[in-house]
Amino acid sequence: MSDARGNAEAHIEVRDLSMSYGDFVIQKNLTFTVRRGDIFIIMGGSGCGKSTLLKVMIGLKSPSAGDVSYESEAFWAAGIERQEDLKRKFGTLFQSGALWSGMTLAENVALPLKQYTKLSDAEIRELCAYKLALVGLAGFEDFYPSEISGGMKKRAGLARAMAMDPDILFFDEPSAGLDPISAKLLDDLILELRDSLGTTVVIVTHELASIFSIGNNSVFLDPVTKTQLATGDPKELRDHSPNFVVRNFLMRGTAEPVD
Amino acid sequence: MAIRHDTVEGAHAASLRVERVDGALHLTLAGDWLVNAALPPIEEVRSALAQTPKPNAITFDATDLGRWDSGLVTRLIDIYRDAQARSITFDDSGLPDGARRLIALAFAVKPREGAARTQKTTPFLQKVGESAQELWRSAVDFVTFIGEATLSVGRFATGRAKYLKSDVLQHIEEAGANALPIVSLISVLIGMIFAFVGVTQLREFGAGIYTANLVAVAMIREMGPIMTAIIMAGRTGAAYAAEIGTMKVNEEIDALTTLGINPIDFLVTPRMLALVLMIPALTMYSSLMGIIGGAIVGLSMVDASFVQYAQQTISAVRLGDLFTGLLMCIVFGALVALAGCQQGIACGTSAMAVGQATTRAVVMGIVLIVVSASVLTIIFINLGI
Repeated sequence: MSDARGNAEAHIEVRDLSMSYGDFVIQKNLTFTVRRGDIFIIMGGSGCGKSTLLKVMIGLKSPSAGDVSYESEAFWAAGIERQEDLKRKFGTLFQSGALWSGMTLAENVALPLKQYTKLSDAEIRELCAYKLALVGLAGFEDFYPSEISGGMKKRAGLARAMAMDPDILFFDEPSAGLDPISAKLLDDLILELRDSLGTTVVIVTHELASIFSIGNNSVFLDPVTKTQLATGDPKELRDHSPNFVVRNFLMRGTAEPVD
Repeated sequence: MAIRHDTVEGAHAASLRVERVDGALHLTLAGDWLVNAALPPIEEVRSALAQTPKPNAITFDATDLGRWDSGLVTRLIDIYRDAQARSITFDDSGLPDGARRLIALAFAVKPREGAARTQKTTPFLQKVGESAQELWRSAVDFVTFIGEATLSVGRFATGRAKYLKSDVLQHIEEAGANALPIVSLISVLIGMIFAFVGVTQLREFGAGIYTANLVAVAMIREMGPIMTAIIMAGRTGAAYAAEIGTMKVNEEIDALTTLGINPIDFLVTPRMLALVLMIPALTMYSSLMGIIGGAIVGLSMVDASFVQYAQQTISAVRLGDLFTGLLMCIVFGALVALAGCQQGIACGTSAMAVGQATTRAVVMGIVLIVVSASVLTIIFINLGI
């Protein structure tokens, strides 16, 4: 773990990435670097392709051009088997948790462990209890997703995402649908996990409060020009970005145009 | 600290040394403590904690600790719990910073009182009783639902129901025209099977031509309606349960209710009417297909011309046979649609519940078809139709 993040090694590199649905181009020529231990924000207005970018990064949707490299290894150029290996280092928290509704929380967390490790049932049970305790859900092992609140579902989804001790955690709109206090607690949890585990975190969000309180690096996607307008520390971008659209977004539409 | 779980090869074996230093228990951790690697058992630590005189503290030395992940932390948490239970000081200053924070985080939120559940085992007799009560409840639910659907049809007839006309047309197409291929296939084959059995038996008496009577009467009175209804139960009833059940899971039914739209009017009645409207047409088509299938076998095995066979078929069927068949299939259609929609509306809120609702819709549909077919046949025979 290195706290001097300024010169930390590159963990994820996105190079000349373009994404499209058929002929409809979502974003083109995206190029940015996520350093190890970063909390990296993918931001931009609604419909700009934030979630699609996340899907490309976690291997759910293939890009139309360019590639995403993990530790200098190109993901989309790799064979399917190698992609599966790489995917095992990712943990993903989906927007609504995406917990498997027919399984208890412990079974949800246990599934990847049962599939990919040779641990005994007792060890898996213990690991599940620990992961659920980390997200503040100690004692909820035998609850079904339909029996807990939305915020708890998110945290349970986070416990499942962390089941395999991933190198990188991806979050799709973690604070969507949460009250401000739960959203703050989740942000604190993400920070704490990054600090203690050294995990690299990639977050899709447009919540300014989260962006400034936890993000230390970011990329800004623009739906109009269909490409990135800026990349870097969001606080820096708010105060010093030469691009009006970026500053205006980060100041909730109160930026003064400079001319 | 990068945490890897899949690079166990090249890892240094984890080791644990337990010793007493000035009344404290001192643990020396070395090597890589990874989930997937073989980790030293902690029973030694447990028994050392249980010794008398009790150690006054537990301390750690992790200077030679290599990589670590959840494997280390779960074991430390075990030791922490044990130490707490025996009120022994857990001195974590020798542990890596990240591990200390994770242990603190895992104990930051106390388990909620009464949240943990214990597995209950129910005795056999209780299970029998509960499922009997369950059966009774679902019967009551179904009858209630029939009542609600009847009221809804009343509102529909008087133009007070809120629904979409385009929905009705779509359901009609889905339940009617789109079912033609499967109905054709099954009916032709059923007709052929009937004719084959009939010919082999009737030929013994030199009455092979009566195969035409057997196939025509059986298809029109019983098999056409029953086979069509069973296909509808598997095809349309299941689809209704799955569609409405998924809407229930997504709170779409609540959304209709909040807009003042009765979900029965909006979802159930259009589907039921579509099926009731389409099933007589499908049944007549099925009977025709069955008779054609029977004719293919009959003509190839019985020494009769096409005209003779056709004459025999026409003379065998009375208009009353057609009416009883159509009356039956309308009852079946209504029951299949009701079973599908009722199971959908009563569906739970998980993906598994949708599956169960669909299964129940089909099973219930088929049971209702067979039971009502028996009852109706007895009634028709006693009435002499």
